[in-house]
Formats: sequence, structure tokens, C-alpha cells
Amino acid sequence: MFNINIQMDEIFMVAGMAIVTFGIRYIMFPISGQFQFPPLFERALGYVPPAVLSAIIVPSVLMPTGDTLNLNLTNPYLIGAVTACTIGWTYKRLLVTIVVSMVVFLASQWILKVFC
Amino acid sequence: MKNNTEAGSAQTLRCSPRSQLFAGAVDTFPLIVGAIPFGIIFGTLAATAGLSFAAAMGMSIFVFAGSSQFITVSLVSAGTAWPMVVLTTFVVNLRHMLYGATMVPFYKELSEPWKMVLAFGLTDETFAVAINRYYKDDALPNKEYYNLGSMLFMYINWNLCTLVGLTAGRAFPEIAGWGLDFAMPATFIGMVIPYLISKPMWASVITAGTVSILAGGLPHKLGLMVAAIAGVTAGVLSEKFLSEKDAVK
Repeated sequence: MFNINIQMDEIFMVAGMAIVTFGIRYIMFPISGQFQFPPLFERALGYVPPAVLSAIIVPSVLMPTGDTLNLNLTNPYLIGAVTACTIGWTYKRLLVTIVVSMVVFLASQWILKVFC
Repeated sequence: MKNNTEAGSAQTLRCSPRSQLFAGAVDTFPLIVGAIPFGIIFGTLAATAGLSFAAAMGMSIFVFAGSSQFITVSLVSAGTAWPMVVLTTFVVNLRHMLYGATMVPFYKELSEPWKMVLAFGLTDETFAVAINRYYKDDALPNKEYYNLGSMLFMYINWNLCTLVGLTAGRAFPEIAGWGLDFAMPATFIGMVIPYLISKPMWASVITAGTVSILAGGLPHKLGLMVAAIAGVTAGVLSEKFLSEKDAVK
């Protein structure tokens, strides 16, 4: 049932991903004592999480199929995302945001499938 | 004096390594809920994208970075060469460098093996939970166990869900159509909102989001890199512009 054969390219890929990811997470520990980073670097670094997260969120919501832009209100991802933004902004409780927006998403997806 | 010692030991007992381990896990629960559908769909999509079982499982075991794993699956489906996948992974996970940088003062006292283990687990979720703990309750010990508890819970959950997805994905490929991948933007939206406390932050988020669509047609998910750079630039520039405006006043 399981094909555990792995190709060379896959090995290089996963190894490469693992090395860069661990490297990114760990690098600051040995080097931060050695020298001061320019203030610009530190300020820029602060914007990386929200910028990258937004760059991931927006296409996954507005282009869920990967190529066509769907700004219609019949896009369940959009409905779910608007819900998440509203709930998240109003209540600032992560579990509530995730659960409610997931439920709204699944419900709209189902409703749209049944009635459209 | 005796009363103080008793109160002191009672407090330390509440903060034993074991209790902190559990506390970290418990506090991570909302994010686990978001990670479950996401992990399962990753396994399902990886199975249908042609990745071998070992490669997909290996990603969850050795890389442990959900969003980059997910993006990798779509790149592999499009036939992207592995060096490009690694480069994209680098950009997508670059935000974790900030997490490492932020943790430097808090991990100072820990041994090198401890630092490496905790660094390995610095996902968005564990960072968000652990940093919250480190910022409070300054005198209480064993925060590294709290951090470890969060990480272990996320790690075990992530790998179990990947396994479920990989096995169920082969048996029930229709799972891919359920939209479980919405869990990712839902969780990330919840995580971006706390950042929106200044105008430069808004500028950064809006710019990155807009550019990600404008550049969405670029191959190999280059649009993501371009959008991230644009967002960071927008944040830095608006910070500069706004502070100069204030200085002129």
C-alpha cells in the first residue's frame, strides 16, 4: 500500500528545505552576540511576519484555484475570510476566529454547492 | 520567614517543568485546532501531487513548517525543480528568523542542545504562544518547558495529521475537495490581526496583499517573494515617512 521509494530529487528537496528552515530559525542564536545588526535590518525584520503572512493569505482566499481571481461574493473562501477578519478584529480570540470562520466557510461552500 | 519559604515553594511547584510542559501544550490548543485540517489536507494533496510517502512525511518530520510545505506541494504539481522549491521555502519561512531573533534574550541561559531543539520548533504557532509567556511573569522558572510543551504538541499533532492525510488521501481523494485548506488563511488572519497596531503595519499588510494578487501570475510562486519584499519596503518607508513628518512638526 505504501510506496516508500523516494527519488533523489525528492531527497535533495526535503533535505534542502530542512536545512534552510532550521538554519533560518537557529541562525540568530550563535551570531547575535558577534555583531550589531544595522537598525534598518531590525526594523525591516519586524515587518516580515505580517508581510509574508498577508502574501500567503490573500492569494489563497482570492485565487483559491490558483489562477483565476474570484472576488465574487459566491467565493466561500472570501466569505470565510471576511468572517475571520470581522470576528478576529472584534473579539481578538484566536480559537473563536478559527472555529467560527471555518464553520461559516464550510456552510457557505455547502450552501453554494446545493443551491447554485 | 517560614511563611515566605512555603509560599515560595508552593509557587515553584505550580511552575514545575512538568506543569509548564502541560501548560504550554494546553495554551496551544486553539492553534492545534487550526493545524488539524491543514495537516490532513497537506497529506492528502501531497499524495495526489505525486510526492512519495517518504518525501511528504519527511517534510513534516524534518522541515515542520506548514505554509512552506503546502506551497511546496503546489510547486511540485507544477513540475518546479527542487532548487527553486528550496529557494521559495527559504522566502516563505524567512519570517521565522524574526522569531529566532526575538527569542535570543529569553534562551540566553539555556544549553546549546536546548536552544537547537527549541529553535527547531519555532513555528508561527509556538512562537506566538511561547513569546506571550516569556513576556509575562518574569520571576517564574521553567518557561523553556512551557515552550517545549507547545512545540511537542504542535509537532506530534502535525505529523499525525500528515499521516492521516497521506493514508486517507490515497483512500478518499475527495477529501481534497472539502476545502480544509481554508484552515490556513483562517489561522493566519487570526495571527496577522495583532500586528495591525500602527500605520506602517497597515501599509505593509495592504501592500503585500495587493502585490501578491498583481504578481500572482508569476511562475514558481515568485509573486509571494515580490509581495513580501514590497510589503516590508512599504512598512519601512511609511515608518520613515511618518517619523520625518512628525520631526518636521
